[in-house]
Amino acid sequence: MSLRMLKSILLKIGFWALVAVLVLYAVFPFYYAVVTSLKPSSELFEVSYWVDSIDFFNYAAVLSQPTFLAAIRNSVLVAVSVVIIALLLGLTAAWALGRVRFRGRTMVMMIVLGVSMFPQVAVLSGLFEVIRTLDLYNSPGGLILSYTIFTLPFTVWILTTFMRQLPDELEEAAIVDGASPWITLTKVFMPLLWPAMVTTGLLAFIAAWNEFLFALTFTLTDTQRTVPVAIALISGGSQYELPWGPIMAASVIVTVPLVVLVVIFQRRIVSGLTAGAVKG
Amino acid sequence: MASVTLEKVNKRFGSTRVIEDVSLDISDGEFVVFVGPSGCGKSTLLRLIAGLESITHGDLMIDDTRVNNMTPPERGIGMVFQSYALYPHMSVYDNIAFGLKLAKSDRQTVDERVRQTAKILQLDGLLDRLPKALSGGQRQRVAIGRAMAREPRILLFDEPLSNLDAALRVQTRNEIAHLHERLGATMIYVTHDQVEAMTLADRIVVLNEGHVEQTGSPRELYERPGSRFVAGFIGSPKMNFLTVKARREGGAGCRISVPGMGEHVLSRQLNSDSEGGAVTLGVRPEHLKPVAATGAVGFNILNVEYLGSEAYLYLETPDGEPLVCRTEAPSAFARGERVTLDFAPHQAHLFDHEGRALPPVDASEARVSATMS
Repeated sequence: MSLRMLKSILLKIGFWALVAVLVLYAVFPFYYAVVTSLKPSSELFEVSYWVDSIDFFNYAAVLSQPTFLAAIRNSVLVAVSVVIIALLLGLTAAWALGRVRFRGRTMVMMIVLGVSMFPQVAVLSGLFEVIRTLDLYNSPGGLILSYTIFTLPFTVWILTTFMRQLPDELEEAAIVDGASPWITLTKVFMPLLWPAMVTTGLLAFIAAWNEFLFALTFTLTDTQRTVPVAIALISGGSQYELPWGPIMAASVIVTVPLVVLVVIFQRRIVSGLTAGAVKG
Repeated sequence: MASVTLEKVNKRFGSTRVIEDVSLDISDGEFVVFVGPSGCGKSTLLRLIAGLESITHGDLMIDDTRVNNMTPPERGIGMVFQSYALYPHMSVYDNIAFGLKLAKSDRQTVDERVRQTAKILQLDGLLDRLPKALSGGQRQRVAIGRAMAREPRILLFDEPLSNLDAALRVQTRNEIAHLHERLGATMIYVTHDQVEAMTLADRIVVLNEGHVEQTGSPRELYERPGSRFVAGFIGSPKMNFLTVKARREGGAGCRISVPGMGEHVLSRQLNSDSEGGAVTLGVRPEHLKPVAATGAVGFNILNVEYLGSEAYLYLETPDGEPLVCRTEAPSAFARGERVTLDFAPHQAHLFDHEGRALPPVDASEARVSATMS
């Protein structure tokens, strides 16, 4: 009896200890960034895990730079465009791949998956030529194009998987009701695919928002840069000084939108939305 | 309201023939039930009529117009699916209104039709609910409402009751019968349950392996099955079959002798194949009268099933498959007793070795049974 109680208590302690380790591991870097960003530069190299005095000087410094504001604008433009294009193409492709029976469907799915297996560096030079040819160098268009290439495969795969789970009779009911494929897709399937679309959209947004290599390679001037590159290129008064304070402040600023998005949309990521469509 | 005509309709999936040369005339306002075991192609046939599958060969006409290449709404059909297939994110109102809105009806007509449909199906109070907040029977009614709101010429039902429990099934069955009377629409109904077929149909189409086995009113199929397959499928418990030897008996048909059942003269014509050979005798459980056995011949009673209004005796036979015999309840017999069986010759059926029913001897008897149905 007492042995069993002891065991359950120990198990509970062990469980929460593991949770604590995980949370610490995941959150600490970000927490330290926040703490650093709130310190005046004079205290920067004193190691402390708590903020004694809050100082918003770093934030003011970052936000007063017009190049940083332009970078945020570019990032928003690129990320939102990538999400919209990826979801639109992904949804229509998922309808075709998940709902229409045609020869070579599995082949197409495999090719789509294959595309996403190339590392970025492998396609960098080729993509550079493509972007030069299309006259998209040093413009958001070039980034939207290249990000979409890497975002579409998983968007298509996830949405196709979800699309296949929707009952066939639902589509047939819509056909009997006189719905065209487009109406069926937008009025019947899309509301049921909301959870999947939110998830993939969020992943696409985060990928586009955080991307560094393409953003560095395909842009040239400060006005066209996105946030990750802009932060990396924040420089101090001399080549021997790294302005950690402003860099951390900028990092916190660009992380906040992601956190907000996840918090807003996590409520929409609900399962069981198809409950009631069919018996069971 | 519309008539439906199928002319030598064929359907193939790859190299498998699912529907073979089905020809059928369904007249305006008729309630036709497709019935058959699973895999017989009844659902496929319904989907061909609906326009959800394409016809490989043959013509489908609705009101004398060839509709092979028309979409379901152009054909003017409404369909109720087995799984209901309600749009889960839409309220009952929107589910019913969906087709009407797509048909570009103005808002007032849509509203009028939806409310009228809801009233007929007693869904008035549920219009704002989502499908997940409805019971099985209510969902089924919404599915029917969605199918009939556009006032289609033909209503199709694909096993609509198979997901309901027994009590609700009887109730919904009655509602569908009532609805047919009220709307007067042509209805085609698919089921594997012969009770549904018998109770609902003006005419039953029995399908077997992709072809039409027999069509006719429930009574015709019950009393004069054209084949052993139909005889075994219609009626519950199913008809008893025994392999017997038959001899031609003058002009009066044929004589058969069954151990434990005595000798009978049946007015059935033996064809050249079955003359002297083995034929199958079919007698329904309700037409067998058990009599307590006196001699050595007879059947052992394996089991007695008591159902309140009636009882079934299961009798041991030499070839394994037990005979079933219906008696009034409580039964006068108990397990382990021996009985002989008697039946009226006109209630017995004979089938040749290919399963075809042997025809009555003279036309006069055919006429008698024709007037009966």
